[in-house]
Amino acid sequence: MAQKTIAGVTVQVDGEGYLENPAEWTKEIAQEIAAEIGITLTDKHFEVIDYLRKQHAAGAQLSIRKVGKSGIVDIKGLYELFPGGPLKFSTKIAGIPKPASCV
Amino acid sequence: MNKEVNEKPLKKVCIICAKGTIEDVYATLVMANGAVMEGIEAKVFFTFFGLDAITKKQMKKIHTGAVGNPAMRMPGGLPFPSILGMLPGVEAGVSAMMKSQMAKLDIPPVDEFLEMITAGGGEIYACKLAMDMFKLTEDDLWEGCSGVLTIGDFYGKCGGENTQIIFT
Repeated sequence: MAQKTIAGVTVQVDGEGYLENPAEWTKEIAQEIAAEIGITLTDKHFEVIDYLRKQHAAGAQLSIRKVGKSGIVDIKGLYELFPGGPLKFSTKIAGIPKPASCV
Repeated sequence: MNKEVNEKPLKKVCIICAKGTIEDVYATLVMANGAVMEGIEAKVFFTFFGLDAITKKQMKKIHTGAVGNPAMRMPGGLPFPSILGMLPGVEAGVSAMMKSQMAKLDIPPVDEFLEMITAGGGEIYACKLAMDMFKLTEDDLWEGCSGVLTIGDFYGKCGGENTQIIFT
């Protein structure tokens, strides 16, 4: 387990920079991770992030299909919010583990 | 410097699907969707029996072959004799079972899967030669198809560095 200082807070991250402990997440951390990826977060991004964090906390297996059916954003919209990595970037910014999902 | 550092990431995959069984079609769809999810460009060319996956009439009815597949086993692991697969309804039953197992893993039906791929910018093409052979027209195809191409035209879309062509 590695440590990384994001937005002035020292957090535990895995080898790819995903937060090990979702409880350490803050909005500022989200913004800094997003900036590293090249994404500027809007309210819509935070709606998705909030959904992902709640689903993760509830123990759900995340997939883009599930997010597409959440009523928050469709799959096309999810790609527009997180270009090049709808699931891997959104979960990274949401401070939850990278989903081990092929769909 | 280790090998990983030297590797340039994959930029594009061009996938050719020539078979119409559940396993061949889904292997294609999973790879194409997996690519766009990783930010890798994906172009898929459906030809011969693979066309079933993008033909409106057939796309909801794809099956897996229950005959001549040594890897097919009964639930529980006992061998599945080919002679059973010849009985009416067995292939449909096996296919329904496979589809229900996939649904449990959140793997969508073919039409929804294709929509997921195109939502991510993936492109779906039909083979002109196979269309002519099966007497299909563009009206028979799933609406999200980007077009009907000759193989030469498809190759024309497979250029660029770090591009791979995959045949399923």
